[in-house]
Amino acid sequence: MKAFCVAIGITTVVAWSSPVLAASVPPPGAAACSGCHAAGTVPASPVSRLYGRDAGDIMTAMTGFRDGSLPGTVMNRIAKGFSDDELRAIATWLAAQK
Amino acid sequence: MGINHRMSRREFVGAGAAAVTALAFPLPAFAQAAARVVVIGGGFGGASCARALKQIEPKLQVTLVEPNRTFTACPFSNNVIAGLRSLEEQQFGYDKIAAGGVTVVAQAATAIDAKARTVGLADGTSLAYDRLVLSPGVDLRFEALPGYDEAAAAKMPHAWKAGEQTLLLRKQLEAMDDGGLVVIAVPANPFRCPPGPYERACLIAHYLKTKKPRSKLIILDAKDTFSKQRLFQNAWKELYPGMIEWVSLSQGGKVNSVDPATNTLITDFGNHTAQVANVIPPQRAGRIATIAGATDNTGWCAIDPVTFESKSAPNIHVIGDACIAGSMPKSAFSANSQAKACASAVATLIAGRTPEAPKLINTCYSLAAPGYGFSVAGVYQPKNGLFADVEGAGGVSPADVPRDFRAREADYANSWFATITAEVFG
Repeated sequence: MKAFCVAIGITTVVAWSSPVLAASVPPPGAAACSGCHAAGTVPASPVSRLYGRDAGDIMTAMTGFRDGSLPGTVMNRIAKGFSDDELRAIATWLAAQK
Repeated sequence: MGINHRMSRREFVGAGAAAVTALAFPLPAFAQAAARVVVIGGGFGGASCARALKQIEPKLQVTLVEPNRTFTACPFSNNVIAGLRSLEEQQFGYDKIAAGGVTVVAQAATAIDAKARTVGLADGTSLAYDRLVLSPGVDLRFEALPGYDEAAAAKMPHAWKAGEQTLLLRKQLEAMDDGGLVVIAVPANPFRCPPGPYERACLIAHYLKTKKPRSKLIILDAKDTFSKQRLFQNAWKELYPGMIEWVSLSQGGKVNSVDPATNTLITDFGNHTAQVANVIPPQRAGRIATIAGATDNTGWCAIDPVTFESKSAPNIHVIGDACIAGSMPKSAFSANSQAKACASAVATLIAGRTPEAPKLINTCYSLAAPGYGFSVAGVYQPKNGLFADVEGAGGVSPADVPRDFRAREADYANSWFATITAEVFG
């Protein structure tokens, strides 16, 4: 029985310390951005690229879209769907992408 | 071919002592080896999901099953019908997806054994999986519209799956005399691309106005309201006065049957004989979803909105047009957005952890004419087992804006197509 418990412990440690989900699961909402905002530098687009952008700049833009102080088209409607905490997590994740 | 004939989990579990271990530690222990995810359907949903899975966890063995070697995109195919774009611009291959480590199998999936966790392919081979993602899109319900079948579609094209049908409708419009009548029959909800029929009406009218200005277009609709209705109706008045007539359900718009011999559409209120008849029939989830046991009596797939796992078929996840996604429309953007969230959920489940509730976005652009676009956007989260709109967010483009706003949204529509197809296939 003791050996069995040790076995559980080992398996659990292995499972939890595995590289699976190494920070690559984006926070809720973040993965959708690349539908319009290209992840790569191709194709050229009038829509700004967000990967690697300063998280503070993304946050400022999103809160501006949300309160209407920054005029836009779809972004004013989309930004209203996210809280400060959600936006912060998304901005931080986007900034960390290459 | 790259088909894996590894032992299925069930066979493995059956192997005596290993069964104890497997029961005690269901997923994580095996996930370390190389969990197998099979994705069926290489459209905006499936191709996005296969790629996202590999990006999130490169160790996963990801197989994409898609019989066609070339994908033909539906968004922007109305531009092809209107002569504004070539079909080649709608077409994409799977080479880059394969180069990224996804095994692409150019076979049709014909059987699914949800208990044994295997997918049978048309060539008689099979694939074992730990988790299966279905993104089969829609099947046309020919049987739901008397008189309409595949043979009738060669005369009265649906053009609701891009490719030959798109070109057929284009050719019929080119061959039509000035002064001809074009009729578009639109089904009741739900169906793929809710604003699509009305955008199609606009862009066909654009062609007619330019080349055959005495012609007319009638939309026979099985609904009393439709997506972006005010924006479309304003655009019809502004851009195509007197050319487009919309007949709603309550005005007798529902097409009950068609007669391909005479190109006639029959409603309760009378018959319409068209020079060009575009019949968009009712739809359901692609057939493989039913084979998998993932469809309910509506013909669509009920899912858990956190994991996208089927409510009736365990370890099978359904994304895109085939799933019942509550407020989310059946669009390429939705499918791509769901695909990435599903990939995160599947990778998290394989790691033996609990997925976080996703937040999804949809943005759909429609073009009323070249340089004249508008959009609907939404933000969604799981609520009562479905995706619900996040209150206060989303909505359609404003009704009263200067033309440069429409021009900007048309630019964004074009760049959306370039960006999303690069993300999925490029």
